Amino acid sequence: MQPEHTDNTGKAPAARRALRLPAVGPLLGLALLCIVGTMLNGEFATVDNGLNVLTRTAFIGIIAVGMCFVIISGGIDLSVGSMAALIAGVTILLMNRIAPLGWPPVAVVMVGMAAAVLLGALFGLAHGLLITRGRIEPFIVTLGTLGIFRAYLTYFADGGALTLDNTLADVYGPVYYGSLLGVPIPVWVFIAVALGGALLLNRTAYGRYVQAIGSNEQVARYAAVDVDRTKVLTYALLGVCVGIATLLYVPRLGSASPTTGLLWELEAIAAVIVGGTALRGGAGSIGGTVVGAILLSVISNILNLTSIISVYLNAAVQGFVIIAVAFMQRRRP
Amino acid sequence: MKNRIRLHALAAVATIGLASPLLAQAQNKVNLGVAIPAATHSFAAGLVYWAGEAKKELEKDPNIKVTIKTASGAPEQANQLQDLLTATKIDSLVILPFESAALTRPVAQAKAKGVYVTVVDRGLTDTAAQDAYVSGDNTAFGKVPAEYLAKALNGKGNIVALRGIPTTIDNERMDAFNAVMKNHPGIKVLDAKHGNWNRDDAFKVMQDYLTRFKQIDAVWAADDDMAFGVLRAIEQAKRKDIRIVFGGAGAKAMVKTLMDGSNPLIQANVSYSPKFLYDAIKMTALARAKGEKLPANTIVPSVLITKQNAKDFYFPNSPF
Repeated sequence: MQPEHTDNTGKAPAARRALRLPAVGPLLGLALLCIVGTMLNGEFATVDNGLNVLTRTAFIGIIAVGMCFVIISGGIDLSVGSMAALIAGVTILLMNRIAPLGWPPVAVVMVGMAAAVLLGALFGLAHGLLITRGRIEPFIVTLGTLGIFRAYLTYFADGGALTLDNTLADVYGPVYYGSLLGVPIPVWVFIAVALGGALLLNRTAYGRYVQAIGSNEQVARYAAVDVDRTKVLTYALLGVCVGIATLLYVPRLGSASPTTGLLWELEAIAAVIVGGTALRGGAGSIGGTVVGAILLSVISNILNLTSIISVYLNAAVQGFVIIAVAFMQRRRP
Repeated sequence: MKNRIRLHALAAVATIGLASPLLAQAQNKVNLGVAIPAATHSFAAGLVYWAGEAKKELEKDPNIKVTIKTASGAPEQANQLQDLLTATKIDSLVILPFESAALTRPVAQAKAKGVYVTVVDRGLTDTAAQDAYVSGDNTAFGKVPAEYLAKALNGKGNIVALRGIPTTIDNERMDAFNAVMKNHPGIKVLDAKHGNWNRDDAFKVMQDYLTRFKQIDAVWAADDDMAFGVLRAIEQAKRKDIRIVFGGAGAKAMVKTLMDGSNPLIQANVSYSPKFLYDAIKMTALARAKGEKLPANTIVPSVLITKQNAKDFYFPNSPF
């Protein structure tokens, strides 16, 4: 289902780590979890439940694909959850604002969806420029925008919730709830983004530059890689991914509130790391990231389908599984 | 155990007090500080809104000054408390502590300096640090829906529950709910998971409940935000077995739904309005102006909201 191209075909300095295990750890972990889930509750293995889990994974999964690029390039983005929330809020405001102008609802929704992607790209671009031209650590830049994005959403929403106009919500609904050939739309989009990401990472010069920069930025610079441009593109790409995730998210609840997207940044980072990408950058795989994201959703799905563990310990179970999978995935020297 | 004094009487006294021209005669100057959490979610936004409303009304009286500080964490709130004492030189304080344990000492210090302290909602760990306590009724928040659901289901059926963020308030509500359900052996509470007072989490938890249980008669969503996510999950699964979704706290969108009767699943709600802050601020300021004290404990009742009385709980200007 997902590409497993984890080979480092580049002549980049990442060659040192080129001999890498494929995403065996997370796949193994996911398989084990699925067996446990089926044993605990027969409903786990049903198609409907599988599609539910995949659909809700789509948001984090799509963001994680973008995050994978950023982390491979040696960067980080802590703001994606707040960014998603702000994009959701702004597009809802925008759609509600232009709906009374007499445009057909479908056009209004299209404008909203385009705005989501555009906003994401702009925010990502701003991150990239601050990091490269401004010479500020990505951790600091995105820590700053994490606060800025969420504060503006809270301000726009007056602390409450921004809710999409009902007629628009009906028109927009199918983008989340609709399906094609029995598979929900968000899952198709997730597959497309993952395939695109894998191609970009493993089959283009840009992908090789990203890996080279993460592996050793100085060497990449000497090798005539335009480091700044590549980095800016990487953050913009993540922004676009956040925009796509948000345009799928908005029709789900038709609203955005200050709790929207809370801790998504950590989920996306966890998906990337569980998927076998090194936090220090240089190498990673989209396939592993996809498996990592699904794995995280499956854990909470299983916990919801059973009641054998105290509800207070849910987060602990997730933590144990993440560490266990990362352990299986650890790279041998 | 708590000295339950119904709000109605107090509110009546407060309203008469404010309106009365007599007040001006025997009035002390009041410099009141209000320390509350910042508007990071809709309930807190409601708190900020109601604090502002109280300030607007009270400051019509030139002898009353109200300073509002919103904090996004316990340490920030403690700092603001210091500013209120040293820079604003307040003589009265209404505080909704961000965290009970962390704020107890700072509040005790304020009281030791002669500030009159009213604590709202989240209590302190040492009640000696306060003069008065005003809170919502968390027991009723669990009890009222339980009684309503038991009656609506005629004592027979399956219920799933969604809980908030793991906290003592949440435990109090859940315990009260379970206590009522014990008297109704025909009703099964299938499970209670944490939806964290959040639409997204509630949506996922409900999706999984729907996968897991083939027959659900009612959902106790225990909060209107969570009820919102629950409704979407039910809609998506096209399930017809669920007859009632009971939210809570009387968010304006839900109260509006009740008033309009626009969703057959939404038949009742239970009040837990951030307006109690407004009441607490007014009661404190007016009592202080007259040199009086508040009762040690005031519980703002959580009552059943139905289509009939919904308009009394509808505040269209509030963000909550």
